[in-house]
Amino acid sequence: MDVAIVGIGIHPFGRTPGLSGLQQGAYAARLALKDAGVEWKDMQFGFGGSASAGSADAMVNELGLTGLPFINVANGCATGGSALISAFNAIKSGEYDIGMVTGFDKHDRGAFNADPKQMGIDEWYGEVGLMMTTQFFAMKIQRYMDTYGISNNTLAKVAQKAFSNGAKNPNAWRREEIPLEVISQSPMISHPLTKFMFCAPGEGGVALILCRADIARRYTDKPIYLKSAAVRSRRYGSFEVFAPSQALQQVDGPTVDASKAAFEAAGLGPQDIDVLQLQDTESGAEVMHMAENGFCEHGEQEALIQAGETGIDGKLPINTDGGCLANGEPIGATGLRQVYETCVQLRGEAGERQVPSAPKVGYTHVYGAPGISAVTILQR
Amino acid sequence: MYKQIPIAEGLFTWPSETPALLGSRCRSCNIAEFPRKPSCPACGSEDVVTEELPRRGKLWTWTIQGFMPKKPYHSDETPETFTPFGVGYVELPGAVCVESRLLENDPAKLKIGMEMELVVETFRHDDAGNPVMSFAFKAAE
Repeated sequence: MDVAIVGIGIHPFGRTPGLSGLQQGAYAARLALKDAGVEWKDMQFGFGGSASAGSADAMVNELGLTGLPFINVANGCATGGSALISAFNAIKSGEYDIGMVTGFDKHDRGAFNADPKQMGIDEWYGEVGLMMTTQFFAMKIQRYMDTYGISNNTLAKVAQKAFSNGAKNPNAWRREEIPLEVISQSPMISHPLTKFMFCAPGEGGVALILCRADIARRYTDKPIYLKSAAVRSRRYGSFEVFAPSQALQQVDGPTVDASKAAFEAAGLGPQDIDVLQLQDTESGAEVMHMAENGFCEHGEQEALIQAGETGIDGKLPINTDGGCLANGEPIGATGLRQVYETCVQLRGEAGERQVPSAPKVGYTHVYGAPGISAVTILQR
Repeated sequence: MYKQIPIAEGLFTWPSETPALLGSRCRSCNIAEFPRKPSCPACGSEDVVTEELPRRGKLWTWTIQGFMPKKPYHSDETPETFTPFGVGYVELPGAVCVESRLLENDPAKLKIGMEMELVVETFRHDDAGNPVMSFAFKAAE
């Protein structure tokens, strides 16, 4: 049984003081139901999650107590992707015809402060100041730049493109272009990454309606087919966040593994992808994830980014909605935002930020602590 | 009389003139891990032994922590007195790559591949005024 996405909804990302995270999720859910022309009572299941905004299944109190099975999903930055895969498998199994996936969040200002105990790490690690995702990303790109010759200017260009795309997206948080030199010269957060090269914890909500592919046209004349969805955790030897030590010999990380699994299941390769959303919690992540997901060789990013090929008009359009850098990071919602944007692009409804080549196949990728990755491949 | 207290038990040999980090090594696949774990991260075997890790190694990567982390960060500093600090991974030959604070915080003085050595120093003071000791790496002399 193939699976289609027939309804999509989003609550604008950023800061919404008047609404809880849950309410932003419910807002997105209502829009997704309306988009598919269905009602909440038609939903046969729900999967959803948030990291800081409460249990997703409390959303039934907002939308109506219909008795549906609603399962909370918690998987760090891969929460949305994991919820989507759960729904994907629920429909593929033949158990259900139609249901909803949702992800939302609302975080405090400032950097995340993770709790070592939650990650199985002793308290001293946090006390001495090592429990910081920002340090991991900085150290990963620091070594990557040394090994593959990526320049500081290229890191700044990734952020510049994100804000430029965000300026064209009415649902983005950061909607103003930022000049390259302002990005480069903003305060150094974690060398070599400056303030404007990092995303910030934020708020937002996304919901999707999924159904059996054979009934998709009852709900929409533009179904988007979920060709594959894969989640992988780290293997021994991959360099991961929150690691007091790591192996002397490196192996491929969970992104490489999830990407290969998703391509294999879809029967497609990187050359088939027309538009892609890659986890860009900071500029360096987007650079490294281009190669880890198979879209170029390690080191080729320098020339591709300098030539503007990752822009909306380029041959490899990446993070067309502004990515995490322009949308912020509400953990539960990010993975589904990427899928939302891909659906909008494949439907040809992205307006000012529409990829001009009438894209047919899209790709999404998230990476999160403590070393998990989720990839989806979508086709119209 | 104040007493030097290690930040965690079993993290490094202490008291010692030449302290070393304590790791565990798997007797079936020979993988080393820091800090000590009751089982091997690679194969899951519980047949692991404690060993002292090499005191010198090469800098594998690094960054500078530019702002004061939120809790659980626990030093003697205030936002006014906070000083950016270096963080890196140091490859301890034949053992494992260990994450650590670095005594150097000047980007111009840090280079991947440079030789580093372990130090144990006062990191903060407890409520009674006793120095709490933690480990760091500095450029080898």
